[in-house]
Amino acid sequence: MTTPGNLKLTTRGDREIVIIRAFDAPRKLVFDAFTKPELVKQWLLGPDGWSMPICEIDLKVGGKYRYVWRRDKDGTEMGMGGVYREIVAPERIVATEKFDQSWYPGEAVGTSVLAERGGKTTLTQTILYETREARDGVLKSGMEKGVVANYDRLAKLLEKA
Amino acid sequence: MIETLKALGEPNRFQIVELLRDGPRPVGEMVDRLHLRQPQVSKHLRVLSDAGLVDVRVDAQRRIYTLRPAPLQELEVWVERYRRLWETNFLRLDALLNDLQTKELKGKKRARTKRPVRGKGDHR
Repeated sequence: MTTPGNLKLTTRGDREIVIIRAFDAPRKLVFDAFTKPELVKQWLLGPDGWSMPICEIDLKVGGKYRYVWRRDKDGTEMGMGGVYREIVAPERIVATEKFDQSWYPGEAVGTSVLAERGGKTTLTQTILYETREARDGVLKSGMEKGVVANYDRLAKLLEKA
Repeated sequence: MIETLKALGEPNRFQIVELLRDGPRPVGEMVDRLHLRQPQVSKHLRVLSDAGLVDVRVDAQRRIYTLRPAPLQELEVWVERYRRLWETNFLRLDALLNDLQTKELKGKKRARTKRPVRGKGDHR
């Protein structure tokens, strides 16, 4: 069991990123925080100074979600969205993801798995890019903009000046 | 860094880097450990060398390979930035989950104290 607060990030193969993080809360609550717009808007914001004016979630298989972030100081916006492929409340969500100004071909697929033990919940989040070229392409676009940390789902757009 | 990822993305090359983490090794030893043929290992080592991941020196008849830490450190810095972004999100989520649990607890307490009130029929 991962200790709450301790984030682990690794790459797997050449197309995946895996994030593991534990939370000091029951799984049901963590699931809500990932799927209820009024809760998502409070934390999935990236760096300080950004807000999330649009967060729409149609939580069913085949349902769509859409996120739009805004940098408060200059109004810069960026959006992403996708379609839910699997939902097993409160333990598993699989959804496609694509940014509006995508710098890589195809979609990525995000899988979030929640495991509860002793009132604590471990999240394992996997992001699978369609091709290795997609992951490398994401990196390349980031490098060109002088951004080192640029293939994440939020960082890329959030950090774009 | 893309070169580093491409070089590491091939399983056998990844294995070579893993072997070299323990220290410099001659090619022959890597051939034995990886159960590959010498030309294959040499080809992989050339890719790793082009990506700046390994250095080679010749010692008598043997070619000895050493890991170069610089590209791996660059990768680590990049992963660290990605990690930090998610950590920022998750610290916020920690606070939110804490709030939600506190509210839930208060809600339960209120429900307990309200029950007799409701029983008297003056709640609605």
